[in-house]
Amino acid sequence: MTLLNALPGAISQGMLWGIMAIGLYITFRVINISDLTVDGSLASGGAACVMLIRSGMNVWIAILLATIVGMLTGLVTGLLHTRCGIPAILSGILTQLALYSVNLRIMDSKANQPVSVDKYHLLISQRFVRELSLRNPMILLTVIIVSLIAFLYWFFGTEKGSSIRATGANMNMARAQGINTEANINLSLVISNGLVAFAGALLAQFQGAADVSMGRGAIVIGLAAIIIGEVLFSKIFINFALKLFSVVIGAILYYIVLQMILMMGLNTNDLKLFSALIVAVFLSVPYFKDRYFRKPVIPGKEKE
Amino acid sequence: MLEIRHVYKTFFPGTINEKVALSDLNLMIEDGEFVTVIGGNGAGKSTMLNIIAGSLTVDSGQIIVDGKDITRLPEYKRAADFGRVFQDPMMGTAPTMQIDENLAIAARRGEARGLKWGIDKEERERYKELLKEFDLGLEDRLSAKAGLLSGGQRQALTLLMATLKKPKLLLLDEHTAALDPKTAQKVLDITDKIVEKSKLTTFMVTHNMRDAIRHGNRLLMLNEGKIILDIKGEEKKKMTVEKLINRFEKASGEEFANDVAILG
Repeated sequence: MTLLNALPGAISQGMLWGIMAIGLYITFRVINISDLTVDGSLASGGAACVMLIRSGMNVWIAILLATIVGMLTGLVTGLLHTRCGIPAILSGILTQLALYSVNLRIMDSKANQPVSVDKYHLLISQRFVRELSLRNPMILLTVIIVSLIAFLYWFFGTEKGSSIRATGANMNMARAQGINTEANINLSLVISNGLVAFAGALLAQFQGAADVSMGRGAIVIGLAAIIIGEVLFSKIFINFALKLFSVVIGAILYYIVLQMILMMGLNTNDLKLFSALIVAVFLSVPYFKDRYFRKPVIPGKEKE
Repeated sequence: MLEIRHVYKTFFPGTINEKVALSDLNLMIEDGEFVTVIGGNGAGKSTMLNIIAGSLTVDSGQIIVDGKDITRLPEYKRAADFGRVFQDPMMGTAPTMQIDENLAIAARRGEARGLKWGIDKEERERYKELLKEFDLGLEDRLSAKAGLLSGGQRQALTLLMATLKKPKLLLLDEHTAALDPKTAQKVLDITDKIVEKSKLTTFMVTHNMRDAIRHGNRLLMLNEGKIILDIKGEEKKKMTVEKLINRFEKASGEEFANDVAILG
């Protein structure tokens, strides 16, 4: 298989994970919480969607319900954090762990549930990634991503959305301006995990099955997408919509690079190791930059 | 306007670090008063401000605003009545948001935030005009991130944010303590101007006696969690640092030993 041949598949994968990464961006960058729920909620979305489609439900309604399931998982994490005083990262881990059992329940105690594009009407399938027709998943994914970014751009520009951004930027300021920071954190986790489950629902259709471990390491892939996007585009993409767009490009690049590494003959078992390494390196870039390559500050000169 | 009734607050009770911050604190602030509060380190000034704002809860006692008991109300709900400027210039603004966005958020303090667009054109014009009065060059930088501003500019911006929607009470928590003397003076001048213009009831904590004397129309001195001096009217106008130290020593039975408060 040549790289060109593999490219459509890699790009489609990247777009799917790009949607997931946009969800993660809302917690990681907008409200400054590392939310580990996503590893579980991605699989919840996939599992719920596949089981509902298998039961004969319309695919759109199945996706909608899967998204709502994801929102509920976010709410659980949010309540553990804001109402029970558990640190955000630990709340996410707890929900994620619990979701493993929940997801198995959803999937009828099986680790894997197939949903064949031959038997059911699905929105996207990897079978058509190289087809030049409307069935090609990249077309629908492009439409979804563009509308999603447009929606989020609008939402975070509203009074409510601005108050969420303020909550993430400075909690003291937010409270002093009468913003209910706890409610905003909960709302962000709900939106974020809703999007992640939405991505999971699409991903399960794309690969033709839901798997209980399909979300393992999802947060790392999402972070990789966010950080690759930022490293490459943070200087030119200032606008919020463009920032979200760069996250998607980050996810696509991540999958293209991954595809290339695989073609160079890397053992697939080592993939997670490499993913973690890539993210660790990129996450440490800002730190090292600040520590070793900082430009001297001229005292008395006002920062511009 | 504001009434504090028998408020007690102890930090780390029952431990070796136990510290009584407020002990049977009682205070009545009338509409239109500009109260300055001084006291040494650990006298309870900031604790007093924090229990009014709701950042700290009281152990016992009541806080009443316009006849309504707000003792159990969370900080964000009390914010509808209070405008606040912090000691740390970093705390009052959202650094990653634009100046105009910060102001737009402040303009909606205490209101329900819905799905209307967060800021409109007329608002921006209004902010521009208001910032022009500060003479800090901020009016041309509305879309700059607040994080790029200097400490003094941030405190001025926070002051405007705290008063954009007229608060029942303006809370100033040593808001010039982190600034250099020249900038501190400028921010204090702006403070006076704003308080004067909107006839604000103000509560200003400071550790600088001169500022406490020069500003406001009522002066409180705190010591060991109690108000030991309450000076108003003509007496406040004629107050000097020497007289104040004299009164302090009489009231507390201690010798005054705080260079910062005298010289600062």
